[in-house]
Amino acid sequence: MTRRKTSLLEKAYLTLFMILLYAPIVVLMVFSFNSSNSTSVMSGFSLKWYAELFRDGATIAAFRNTVVLAVVSAAFSTVFGLFSAIGINYTRSRWYKSSLLTTTNIPMMNPDIVTGISMMLLFVFAGTLMRRQGVLGFGTMLIAHITFQLPYVILNILPRFRAMDGYLTEAAQDLGCTPSQAFFKVTLPQIRPGVIAGAIMAFTLSLDDFVISYFVSGPEFQTLPIRIYSMTKKRVTPDMYALSTLIFLVMLLLLIALNVIQNRAENGGRGKSGKQVEP
Amino acid sequence: MNNRSYNAITAPYGLWMAVFILAPLVIVAYYALTDAAGHFSLQHITQLSLYTDTILRSVWFGVVATVLCLVTAYPLAYIFSKTKAGTQTVLVMLIMIPMWMNFILRTYAIMVLFEDTGIINNALRSLGMDPLHLINTSGAVIFGMVYNYVPFMILPLYTTMTKLDRRYIEAGRDLGANGFRIFKDVMIPLTKPGIISGVTMVFVPSVSTFYISQKLGGGRYTLIGDVIEMQFQTAYNYHLGASISLLLMIFILLCLWVMNRFGDAEEGMVV
Repeated sequence: MTRRKTSLLEKAYLTLFMILLYAPIVVLMVFSFNSSNSTSVMSGFSLKWYAELFRDGATIAAFRNTVVLAVVSAAFSTVFGLFSAIGINYTRSRWYKSSLLTTTNIPMMNPDIVTGISMMLLFVFAGTLMRRQGVLGFGTMLIAHITFQLPYVILNILPRFRAMDGYLTEAAQDLGCTPSQAFFKVTLPQIRPGVIAGAIMAFTLSLDDFVISYFVSGPEFQTLPIRIYSMTKKRVTPDMYALSTLIFLVMLLLLIALNVIQNRAENGGRGKSGKQVEP
Repeated sequence: MNNRSYNAITAPYGLWMAVFILAPLVIVAYYALTDAAGHFSLQHITQLSLYTDTILRSVWFGVVATVLCLVTAYPLAYIFSKTKAGTQTVLVMLIMIPMWMNFILRTYAIMVLFEDTGIINNALRSLGMDPLHLINTSGAVIFGMVYNYVPFMILPLYTTMTKLDRRYIEAGRDLGANGFRIFKDVMIPLTKPGIISGVTMVFVPSVSTFYISQKLGGGRYTLIGDVIEMQFQTAYNYHLGASISLLLMIFILLCLWVMNRFGDAEEGMVV
């Protein structure tokens, strides 16, 4: 493939776009170190808003809730999604397969707000049937997060089956593997990159979700995005900026770490002689 | 394993999706078509006509934001695909990093910049220029949508452009086509799956947003999302909220259906 050089105009456009993209984030970061509580005039450097943030019990609790929810829901939806993808891939009933895939696509196409309110109505409806008040909480959040993660896990794994040589599993069984041995020793290593990509996506979607969580959460169990939302309803002090800065830096580190892990996993999946190829 | 045991593995998933995806949608329809006493009623459907302005505004804002995203992103994705492989990886990372910051924080950051006493206006004043009224305008709301969702447009476009065989462009040039014809007759058809995917991924969240309009529109530009949020979180009129949601869902599904007919069915979507 031949490549033409980027012109000066193109470089200028690219630079301008990046500046616009990062300007709001940089501004938040800079003002998180402001010594006064102004959001437009920089009076001096100070870390007091960071100290303030760590004294805020509700925010710390929300952070802990977010991580717990993301870990539990992603673990569950990865295992659940893996087994479901195997079943969907091998089932011979075309009608069954296509109806499962269509249902899988619904939460991906529907606006988040519709998915959120529809699940909220279900939980409230079930609550009235069981004559219970205040059903919304950790349980409903967990169910909602697993539900919106499952399609992403499954759709990350399914293409790996298509790329896989199906005879290898049969060969393993002919050579004396039990079906479960054949699965763990032959099938799983080949679809592993898809499983890992699905798990990472599930985890990050959970960390970042606001819209669906907002409708299915109760007052006792708040996640960080919900906490941030309620904080921005009032006049905001720069400890929110400190929080944004920290989240941004943690996310950045996580992204880099995950990229490294994923690259290693991809290389492992390709075998010893596999070289890193640009996608 | 035989077919029956594979069907058995998917049974829990089928059950899960039936209970937590299909049943909730049935309940939305049920709430939309009943009154507070639980009797069948079309009152909340007919009430939707009161929200005609809101609905039209949402669709209009969504269309404008999507077009602006497409116009901004298309040349960017093209420039990306022209650079060296290493640069491409860095550029894609640079686009993805802001998406890792919650959209509430990103929207809030724009608000801080746009305020009447915010940084942009302070800078203008110190330069001796007249301040601009940016916040609480329809332009600010649309800017917020473009800013938040433009990465969803760039990434699928970029993916289709890296797969694009540049020999088609060269062939077009050899056959005497000018820049515009290459763009119209070669680039657009070959990148159609990316365009369709990007337009979908920008249009759906733009039409259904509620936070962006609250923060950047100052409550003056109510969108469908705002009305739904209000009915469920403050007004507690679930029946009206459900009927608006039902309308939004049907509208989005119709749009997606039309878009998919528009594109080549065989090529599928690129995410």
